[in-house]
Amino acid sequence: MSLPKPVMRGLLGKRLRFHLPIAFTLSIISAIAFKYAVTEPRKQAYADFYKQYDSVKEFNAMREAGIFESVRPSGE
Amino acid sequence: MLATRALRLVGKRAISTSVCVRGGHGVAKVEEYTLPAYFDRRESPLPDVSYVRNLSPEQQSLKEKEKGSWAALSNEEKVALYRISFNQSFAEMNHGTSEWKSVVGGMFFLIGLTGLVVLWQRKYVYGPVPHTFDPEYKEKELQRVLDMRMNPVEGFGAKWDYENKQWKK
Repeated sequence: MSLPKPVMRGLLGKRLRFHLPIAFTLSIISAIAFKYAVTEPRKQAYADFYKQYDSVKEFNAMREAGIFESVRPSGE
Repeated sequence: MLATRALRLVGKRAISTSVCVRGGHGVAKVEEYTLPAYFDRRESPLPDVSYVRNLSPEQQSLKEKEKGSWAALSNEEKVALYRISFNQSFAEMNHGTSEWKSVVGGMFFLIGLTGLVVLWQRKYVYGPVPHTFDPEYKEKELQRVLDMRMNPVEGFGAKWDYENKQWKK
């Protein structure tokens, strides 16, 4: 019947000391991972696309396909 | 705090009735629900009255013994005193039920029933879909999407090979 007295104080502090470092490191790691897995490849993809991009050629191809309303294909 | 509790619990209820003598009619009847009640609840650990209100002779002698030194009480006597004052311990009143199983089962069953109703509705209630769902119309839509060069960097248009007019391998 003589149990040890349970811990009455410092419960929040103990929880924070345990969880806060873990929370911060995990969020920083996930931010870094997102940057190097998603945003850097995306920037590279856009850069590569526009290196070889001829806007006039693309415009003419779209015009021949007939999707514009302001310029009709050259045949008509 | 405990001393006042002990005094209150010796055989009597804590009654707070108001005696109204109205010209010849006597005392107003005390309703059961107006008196302080016992309840097991985690957020208010000490109810207004003890659980056992009419003590048996052994319990009364135990209460007399409680007035002395508590170190003289044995463990069984301490538990007996606890059970006089309280119905369930915190462990007993807090332990979970298996109610969640019936809740989840009921959820799945009703979702399935709803699915059957939706299927019947689709077959017997709704009319045909618009002509824009026909395969030929969908092909023309796809061709127009590719002509417009939609999402040519990372999305849909990026997967089409415009030189060879086929999907990229």
